[in-house]
Amino acid sequence: MFDFLEDYDLLEAFWMTVKLTVFAGIGSLVWGTLLAAMRVSPVPVMRWFGTAYVNIVRNIPLTVIIVFSSLGLADVFGITLGAGDDVDTMTFRLAVLGLGAYTAAFVCEAVRSGINTVPVGQAEAARALGLSFSQVLGLIVLPQAFRSVIGPLTNVLIALTKNTTVAAAIGVAEAALLMKEMIENEAQLFLITAIFAFGFVVLTLPTGLILGWLGKRLAVKR
Amino acid sequence: MKARKVTAAAAAVLALSVTATACGSDDKDDKGSGGKKITIGIKFDQPGVGLKTPDGYTGFDVDVATYVAKELGYEAGDIEWKETPSADRETALQRGDVKFIAASYSINDERKEKVDFAGPYLLAHQDLLVRSDDKISKGTDLNGKKLCSVTGSTSAQNVKKEIAPKAQLREYGTYSECIDGLGSGAVDALTTDDSILAGYAAQEQYKGKYKLAGLKLTNENYGIGIKKGDSKLEDQINKALEKMVKDKSWDKAVKKNFGPANYKNEPAPKIGDIVK
Repeated sequence: MFDFLEDYDLLEAFWMTVKLTVFAGIGSLVWGTLLAAMRVSPVPVMRWFGTAYVNIVRNIPLTVIIVFSSLGLADVFGITLGAGDDVDTMTFRLAVLGLGAYTAAFVCEAVRSGINTVPVGQAEAARALGLSFSQVLGLIVLPQAFRSVIGPLTNVLIALTKNTTVAAAIGVAEAALLMKEMIENEAQLFLITAIFAFGFVVLTLPTGLILGWLGKRLAVKR
Repeated sequence: MKARKVTAAAAAVLALSVTATACGSDDKDDKGSGGKKITIGIKFDQPGVGLKTPDGYTGFDVDVATYVAKELGYEAGDIEWKETPSADRETALQRGDVKFIAASYSINDERKEKVDFAGPYLLAHQDLLVRSDDKISKGTDLNGKKLCSVTGSTSAQNVKKEIAPKAQLREYGTYSECIDGLGSGAVDALTTDDSILAGYAAQEQYKGKYKLAGLKLTNENYGIGIKKGDSKLEDQINKALEKMVKDKSWDKAVKKNFGPANYKNEPAPKIGDIVK
């Protein structure tokens, strides 16, 4: 029943999924945190930009973002992100860019909700000590905020893991693309779908368990 | 009290859905035995082969299916067309959603385990669509070129594994996303079955801009997919296909759908004769 699996490199495809998740995850964490900082900053232009970015990007379907990054950025504007003529590297980077830009909007909102859990007195005390805005945020507020939003961020990460399947739309050789190939060749819709569903459970369940445990341990008890 | 209300509502919904599904299956039985309607699976997005347009359905697969349906005793007006994307074809047949499928459906051993095939009714080859001024004479010329195909398709896999492993393969969801890249130079060639490519090249807006390279990279034997074990239907369809070739309707359909692209078609295949 499973003998056809020998012809396919499942591990390589899921490894690509993991790589997409990790790179897009790091990118979105950095960019999302910056966006959150903008949204709580005292400068109106930055607040406006942060709000506009989050509200626009998270309401665009991910498929549209990913396909635009390939058809629009690469084909029309010739932006290859330093990959030159290597199409595989280029589509991978474009997919990371698209996924990261999209996920950052959700990271931003999670981090902002974390910032809201930090009592105002903390920031006021820090300001009273003479710390600047970036010091207040970086030394006092964000460390506490992050410890309380590990749970929500885990959800974002798990959603990102599953969202990587959209990268198949521009031909990144990850799990969903292999699934399409296998269905095309083998005519075994349910069996193949079940295998890939199981693969994603293997990826996301441990992520949820480990980070959930970590979130409980690190949460600031108030 | 509240719980009872919920239960009652749930029961009502359940009862409704049961009657609704019962109606549905009754309808279907009528179609099958009464001989009034027939549901046929085709592609909706392949010009020349199976295409849904504002004025109806066109393409070679549609013409073949219409002819076969006529031989089975259904008028053109009795046909209900249903879209069967590649991933959905076997399940649609197994569930009985469609009577048969004519949707650029290549006969292969894995598929034969799940469904039966009548035909073949057309021998197509994987080929390239290139800009009219381009010169590509063999498969290995593709190494280093940018090539576009549809995600997961057999054609894309063939390029990666056999024809030109060093080609730069772009994969998109549909051929329509590829074809503009061909015009703008973002890709050098588009690859899939020549029948589908001929359909694209023949479209009004692309006439004269693109041509088929004529490489014959693989053999694709298009068959009509039917439910496993329905040998009576298989015989009927095979007879219909033979008749279609004999009375020249087959040639007319080829000329009408692929002709404008200068497509050099293979002669009509013999029933059961699969070219490897």
